[in-house]
Formats: sequence, structure tokens, C-alpha cells
Amino acid sequence: MGYIELMGISKSYNKQSNVLNGIDLTIEKGEFFVLVGPSGSGKSTLLRMIAGLEEISGGTLKISGEIVNHLPPKNRNLSMVFQNYALYPHLSVEQNILFGLHAKKIDKEIQRKRLEETAEMMGLSELLKRKPRELSGGQRQRVALARAVVSEAPLCLMDEPLSNLDAKLRANMRIEIRRLQKRLGLTMVYVTHDQVEAMTMGDRIMVLNDGIIQQVGEPIELYNKPANLFVATFIGSPKMNLGKAVLKDSKLLIENALEVPLEQMEVPTSLQNRDLVIGLRAEHMPHGSEQHQIQKVEIVNVEHLGNETLISFEVGTELWTAKWLGQWLVQVGDIVPIHISVENMCFFDADTGCLIQEAAFSQKQEVVSK
Amino acid sequence: MSMTKPMPDALEIQEINFESVKRKQRVKSFTKGMLFLLPSIVLFGVFLFYPLFKTMYLSFFLTNARGETTVFVGLQNYIEMFTSPIFHQSMKSTFLFVLYTVPTTIIIALLLAVLANEKLKGIGFFRTIFSSTMGISVAAASVFWLYMFHPSIGFLNRILNLIGLESIGWLTDPNWALIAVAVTTIWMNLGFTFLVLLGGLQSIDSYLYESADIDGAGYFYKLRRITIPMLSPTLFFVITVTIINAFQTFGQIDILTQGGPQNTTNLIVYSIYREAFSNYQFGTASAQAIVLFIIILVMTIIQFKLGERKVHYQ
Amino acid sequence: MTMPISKKILFYFLLSIAALVVFAPALMAFVMSFMENKDIMTGTIPQSLSFDNYLKAFEQFPLLKYLFNSLVVSIVITIGQLVLSSLAAYAFVFLEFKGRDMLFFLFIATMMVPFEASIIPNFHIIRDLNWIDQYPGLTVPFFATAFGTFLLRQNFKQIPKELREASQIVGMGDFKFYLKVVLPVAKTSLVTLGAYGFLTSWNMYLWPLLSTTNDTVRTVQIGLKQLQTQEQLNDWGVIMSGAIIVIIPTLILLFLGQKQLQKGLTEGAIK
Repeated sequence: MGYIELMGISKSYNKQSNVLNGIDLTIEKGEFFVLVGPSGSGKSTLLRMIAGLEEISGGTLKISGEIVNHLPPKNRNLSMVFQNYALYPHLSVEQNILFGLHAKKIDKEIQRKRLEETAEMMGLSELLKRKPRELSGGQRQRVALARAVVSEAPLCLMDEPLSNLDAKLRANMRIEIRRLQKRLGLTMVYVTHDQVEAMTMGDRIMVLNDGIIQQVGEPIELYNKPANLFVATFIGSPKMNLGKAVLKDSKLLIENALEVPLEQMEVPTSLQNRDLVIGLRAEHMPHGSEQHQIQKVEIVNVEHLGNETLISFEVGTELWTAKWLGQWLVQVGDIVPIHISVENMCFFDADTGCLIQEAAFSQKQEVVSK
Repeated sequence: MSMTKPMPDALEIQEINFESVKRKQRVKSFTKGMLFLLPSIVLFGVFLFYPLFKTMYLSFFLTNARGETTVFVGLQNYIEMFTSPIFHQSMKSTFLFVLYTVPTTIIIALLLAVLANEKLKGIGFFRTIFSSTMGISVAAASVFWLYMFHPSIGFLNRILNLIGLESIGWLTDPNWALIAVAVTTIWMNLGFTFLVLLGGLQSIDSYLYESADIDGAGYFYKLRRITIPMLSPTLFFVITVTIINAFQTFGQIDILTQGGPQNTTNLIVYSIYREAFSNYQFGTASAQAIVLFIIILVMTIIQFKLGERKVHYQ
Repeated sequence: MTMPISKKILFYFLLSIAALVVFAPALMAFVMSFMENKDIMTGTIPQSLSFDNYLKAFEQFPLLKYLFNSLVVSIVITIGQLVLSSLAAYAFVFLEFKGRDMLFFLFIATMMVPFEASIIPNFHIIRDLNWIDQYPGLTVPFFATAFGTFLLRQNFKQIPKELREASQIVGMGDFKFYLKVVLPVAKTSLVTLGAYGFLTSWNMYLWPLLSTTNDTVRTVQIGLKQLQTQEQLNDWGVIMSGAIIVIIPTLILLFLGQKQLQKGLTEGAIK
């Protein structure tokens, strides 16, 4: 039995159309669980329902085996970190950290001890007397985290906690939050719209769109085996290249423009005689040197990232991007050979958008890792 | 079968529990909301809504000196009021008074606000002076002007005499008394109106002026094309507030003229006061109070309706 | 952008003239309050200025008592207004319950009822409560204000909802949150409303005139009227000194809080 269990959870406002629909989910104790999705997908609403800040319209929510649908937030034994940190502007850092303990009337002696420990851990010992407005963005963030840590609640909820920080600080805080969570053995439910954050932090990720679960799984699983086209394009950067395709005489015709030979790959019956969408990751289209399965494409855009080079080209009406390791001195208009293999392709149903078959390449990899 | 049967039941029981918990929470949050609002609601009820209905009720009766109803007279009080020449005079004076005070107050206050909106050294001092009349009470202001209007030693008549004109009986001449009261009122309201208009001016985005400067617009062009239109919500608010205030004028009259001479300054609130607390005619006074209420009501509704786009409270 | 000197001079000239005209009545009263009566009567420039008029005003009239009464009445009304309107504003911003919108409309409706229109029954209520010549009679009817509620509501709405949610998670109740977080955070707008409330209550005229019949709780405004009507000798110096005393507290308040008031009034009204 999981630590948090959601059974058929739904949310609607004014009994009208649902914001969230039939969410079934189990989160394990000590897990770093990320809810990711575009804005308006319902991820924050779901988090707030777990917190008890939002009424649950339907379904059952259990925390450590107990039904908590009806319990107010304070009886759910959790802490929460908000996007805007929700620091009390008139209170000092110390008073902000102790706010919850004070409200719960915890013994003064214990308060002091926990404050010292937490401040030490978060590197706030020097700032205790300051007001929030005298702190930098990163320091405020730390105070918000400290408030969650000091509560010693086993469950911590975070709602886009890093989105107000600049890119560099954000990368640091990602690691810091992750380490904190492991060190304290917290169960973490973390909401973000940033797939990089989700991929780098989560033990498991749930992708949510329009109030419906798209996929739940480990980061690598989501990357290699996206359950549908939404996940395929949402996870990973640059996004997965997609193209309409049909199987024809042992060849795969993509966007009526690209013909890829099937080679020795056996064609499953599930792929035959239907409209397909194929997906191909940018890094799976290297420069075609001596290999076979080479396509000639005309470059329409080049991005030099230093350690790698992004090459864009047109396939029918789609714009595809390939990622080549190293620095390539190519220019727009050049015709370059590129390696495109069926082995690396994911196959989706064109009508439903669901995955039919994952890339053969990743199947092999999984075998290796196991 | 025996295993699966109890399951839905158990679920249903839970559902019912949630519903009752939800209902309890709703009752609880309603009670909490009411507790926060109760003090205000009770006081509004006792000192505002109840007296309003009581006033309506009283307006259909004759009363004794203690204000207890004696005889039901129906609309008689209203009929008498509308046929009474004194009330006619009172209404006429009230509307004239509004006409004298409102435009003048706003124009002068606007001029002062435009002047005081310039970024000059020491402008704070002038702003303080211009807003100062807001801090001067009706009683004090009336006493100041009582001197200004004094027939023999008053400042105004001294000035008139100095330039060879005859003295004016500011407060005793029926042709001048209402004007004298209006002048006092304009002066008193200047501070508040100035302060609000200045606030409105300062909230106009300065880049509008900068872009007009780039286009080479002149001072008065900017005033007419940027300042006044951008200020219109504030102006609108100030106009309605000043009108409502003008209808509620009392203190100046009580100190300066007591409604005289020949009832020319017997504005409606003073008329109500005199009818109720000097003549003890609470019935007819109530009928007049209802007229005042309706005037203010209409003014407020106009303010809400016309100003809906600009003056919203939600 | 800097102004050319000639334009600057023009502005200073206009400002000075305007300031002189606006301030003239108060200024004259101020000067007269230090003049001897015979100088006032003849309109001559005084030879010497003295505090005699002030001493006389305090001797002949219980001005100190009136001032004290006004102070008590104004402070009590101010506190009452702050408490009631902050509670109501809290409910309108942070609490969700059935009928809230209807009650909000009720508050708006109160702005359509002028106090003067309901003054007759109000007087009878105060009389029947035996509150004539009592502090409660002068103060309690003014505790509830729609204006104050709207002004504070505007301000409370700027407090992030997350502050309330963070406090809910640690189990803090609404009243405690109101007391410990909302009031301190909204301090400046409370000060603004307080200053405005004090100003208007200090300057109240009609109601104190009706609800006081003797000196026990009579406010200084009514005292000034008494001074003016009873000063048979037409001693303008004494009358003016009384008037100056009356306006000093509010003028000081206005000078200190002018910026705040201006912002508060515009926000409460226009937003």
C-alpha cells in the first residue's frame, strides 16, 4: 500500500465540466514524485486537493492508509512550499520559520532546537533577524524550504517552487531540494511545468494534460517510451521529431517525403495497414558517415551549442531537428547526409495518438541495463 | 457474491459521511463569516436601516413632542409639504446652492491640482496649504467666514469700502445670503476635492506626457487631450461626492444664517432639523427626510450606473 | 525635463497667489486671535500680540473639557471603525460562505442612505437608550462604515492568498490569522483609515449638536458655536482663538498624513 493513494479523484467547479477526471495514483513513502504538465492542466489543483486547500469533488484520498477527504490541511500532517514562497512580510526570518510551530503551540525549548538545526542545514543562521524584503530571491526560497523542514512533517508538497528564480540559481536549488528530500526521507509531491525539472528531480513523474493522466513512470521510461504523442512532445528538449508515416513495400514512407528501408527488422502485424505517426529523438539522427540508411537533407537552420550542434531540416511539412555531438561547421543550405533508422523510431497510432511500439533500440538498452 | 456485495455499501456510507462533513463545514464557514460581519451588520441595522424605515413610517403620521405617533394621516404630510411655499423655497435654495457650489468647487480645485502637480521645489508646501481646508471643521470655517462677512468690521466689506463700493449685507440680504453660504462651502470643500484630484493627476502615467512632448504638444493641448480625459473617473467621483455633500449641508447654515433671511438659506437638512427639533413636527420632518433620501439615492445610483466601467468595487 | 526659468517664475507666482487666497481666512483668524479687540474693531495694525485671547477663552469656557470630550469621541469612533471595518473587510476577502455577495450588496446599499435622512429616529433611539449626553450616544452610531470596509477590502485583496493557505496548513484559525498577519501587514492602510476617521469625527457637527444638552460630553465643535453665540461683546479675538484651538489637532494630523490620505482616498474611491 502506498503512502498517498488517490482513487478516482475528480474536481469540478459549480458542478460543471471537470477540471480533473478520474485520477488514480499511488505515491510511495520516501518517493520524489513530480506532477508535470502545461499550465491549466490541473496539476496545481491536484496538489492543492492533496493539501486540503481545495475541496475534493469526487473519489477518495488516503494518506498513510487513512481517508483524509474531509480533514482540514492541519490534520494531514504535511508541509507546503508555494511558488511565491508565502513568507510573512512583517515577520523576521526566524519568526517565519517558527510560524507553524508557534501556531501548533510546540514547546519553546523544542522550537529553539529545531530552529537552530534547520537554520544550520539551510545556511540561514546569519539571516535570522532579517525581514523577507531584505533577502535575495534564493534566500527567500531557502526560508520557505526551512519552514517546510522545521515542521518535520513526513510529506512535503511543492508548487512550482523554483519558477521565480533565475536559471543558474534554479539549477543549484534543484540539486539542493533533491538532496534535502533524500536526507530527510521526505515523501515529496512536486508540481512544475518545466519538464527539465521533472526529469532531473523526480523518482517518478506523472504527466497531466487537460485534467487527465497521460503517463506515470520513471523519467527514462517517459523519455524512451512515451505513452502518447502528448508525452512524446512534452518530455525532452529538443522535442521528439514526429511525422505521419505508412508502411509500403518493406519501406516506411514518412510525410510523403522520406523513404526509410525497413532492413532486417521484422514488421509486427500491429503496424501494418494503418496510419502511423513515427517519433524520432534528435540525438538518434547522427551524421551519416559510412553507415547505411543515409538520407540527404537540406539544412534550414543551425544552432551551435558548443558541445553539440542542432541541425534543422524539413521533412514534408514538418521541421525536424537532429542533434550532432561536437562542433560541425555546416551552413544553412548545405546538403548533409544524415542517419535515419527505423530501429530508433517510436510508432504511434495516428488516430488515437497512443504508442503502438517503442523504439527497438531502447528495448535493447533495457535488456542491457537489466 | 458474498464478498462483493458489502463493498458498494461501505463506499456509499463513506460518501454520506463526506456529504454531512461538507455540510457541517459549510455551516461552520457561514457562521464564521457572519461573526466577522455581525458587528457591522447589527450597527447598520440599528442606526441605518431601521431608522430609514422608521422615517418612512413616521412620514405617514402626526406625532407628539416626544416623537410618538398620534394620528395616521396617510399622504397628508407629503401633500402639505409639496404645497408649502416654505418647502418650495427650501428646495429652490437647495438646488441653487448645489448649482453655486459644485461646479465652482471642482473648477477651482482642478486648477489648484494642476498647478500643484508640477514638479517644482517646495511644491509640498503648496500642496499642504491647498489641502489644509480639509482639516478645518465646519464650525471653525463658519466662524472664520462669519468674520469675513461681518457687516462693519468684516474683511470683505472693508475691501469694498476701500475701493469705494457700498457695504453688502452678506448674511442679511436675501440676495446675497445663499451666495455667502456657498462661498464658505466652496472654501471648505476645496481641500478634499483638491486632494482627490491631485491623487488622480499623479496616477496618470508620465510616459503619456513624454510621448506628447516628443510630438511637440503644447501645455494646454496636453491639458485638454491627456490630463482631462485621463482624469475623468476621478472627476466623476469628485462631482458626485460634492453634489451629495452639498445636499447634506448643515453646519454652515446653523452658524452663519440659521436658515434666514426670509428662508433663503433654509436648505433641506436645516429645514428637516428645524421642523423636527424646533417645531417638533416629526411627521412632516420625516416626509422631508424621505425626499432627501430619494435625492441622495438617485445620485448614488447615477454614480454607480454611469461610473460602472470606471468606478467599480468588485 | 526641466522648465525654463520664466515658466518656473510664473508657476511660483500663481501658486503663491492661490495659496494666499486659499489660506487667507485661516490666516486672518490666526492673526486676530492674538490681537486686542479694539484693534480688530478699527482694523488697525496691532502694536503688540498677546496670548490674552487664548487665556480668556480657556477661562470663560470649559474649552479643556470640550477638547477632552472631542478627543475621547474621536478616538473611540476611530478605533470602532477600524475594528468593525477590518473585520468586515476580512470576511469579504478571505472567507467564502453563502450569502457573502448579498451582504456585500447590503454594504454598498448603506452608502445610499444619508445619515441626515435617518436622523430623527436615530435621535429617538439614543434618547430611549438614555444615551443623550453620553459618550456611547456620540460614538456607537458611527462605528460601521461602508467606506472604511471598501478601503480596507481593496488593501486586503493585495495580500497573497498563499499567506492564508500557508497558515491553514499549520492549522491557524481565521481570527488568529486576521490578528497576527492581516492587521500587521495592512498597517499603513489602517493608519490612513484611522486618520480619516479621526478627522471626520473631530469635525462632526450635527449629531453632537443634537445628542448633547450640557457640557458633560459636549464636543469642541459645539463648544465653538456656544462661544460664538454667547460672546455678547463680540470679542472676535476670543472667538478666533477658540476656532484656532479647534483646528490645530486636525491640521497637524492632515500635515502629517497628507500623502497617505491622498493615496487612501483615491484608492478607496476609484479602484
